Amino acid sequence: MPTLSRWFIRTALCCFVSALLIGVLTQSPTLRLRWPLLTTAWLAYVHLLTVGWITGLIMGVALWLFPRPDPRRPPPPVWLGWTTFAVLNVGLLLRIGIEPVTLLHPGTPLRVALPVAGLLQVLGAIGFALLIWPRIRER
Amino acid sequence: MPRLSVWMIRTAIVALISGFAIGGMLLSYRGWGSHPTLLRLRPLHVELLLLGWLVNLGFGVGFWILPRPGGGRREGETVAWLGFLALNGGVIAAGLGQGWDQPSLALSGRVLECLAAMIFAVHLWRRARRSASPARG
Repeated sequence: MPTLSRWFIRTALCCFVSALLIGVLTQSPTLRLRWPLLTTAWLAYVHLLTVGWITGLIMGVALWLFPRPDPRRPPPPVWLGWTTFAVLNVGLLLRIGIEPVTLLHPGTPLRVALPVAGLLQVLGAIGFALLIWPRIRER
Repeated sequence: MPRLSVWMIRTAIVALISGFAIGGMLLSYRGWGSHPTLLRLRPLHVELLLLGWLVNLGFGVGFWILPRPGGGRREGETVAWLGFLALNGGVIAAGLGQGWDQPSLALSGRVLECLAAMIFAVHLWRRARRSASPARG
């Protein structure tokens, strides 16, 4: 399995466990009273599951298992794969770190970083598309 | 890879990028106070990612990889194409219908998605089968 795929899959597993841990914490009335941020963590939970876990896992497995690209075409640069991995996960981390704070304190200056988090994730999706598109072909 | 799988997986990737882009726009509303009309796109964001990305990809790969009965003939491919059209038409209709308070459009979208799900389930049911047993003795 390529190293990039291993990183995608192991990171996806970390997101999966983190999401379910958040799920456990948010269900405790005692902890929600003690840490009010937990009351606004449900979006972080959803996005850790859908982006971090499912999408990250799909990307890792697809990059490993999809057919090899046409050998007559130049392969995508190695940095593209690692950049895709980095921007997707940094964007996700930024979002799940900041969004609960902005929901609790809407006026916080931290909120200006949310669109940056969104942009990073879009760039991650575009990077994945550039990597995998040449490998989706009829045979 | 069969042509239908190529179309479904490529559509899945387009849905992924579109869904993420809409998500980014929604975050810009929260972060920079962009136009509140953007909030109408939230249902489309959900539809594109939960159905457009995941189901197109799942069925596209399943249609490609699952064993075929009858020596590799592509039975039921026409109906599967109809499922592909129904799924993606339904995603757009349901997403826009919910966002712009058009209940008939939203309902039609959901009906199309449900129809697509039934088509995919019927098609793949036979193909999700036990492999042939090894010879004994």
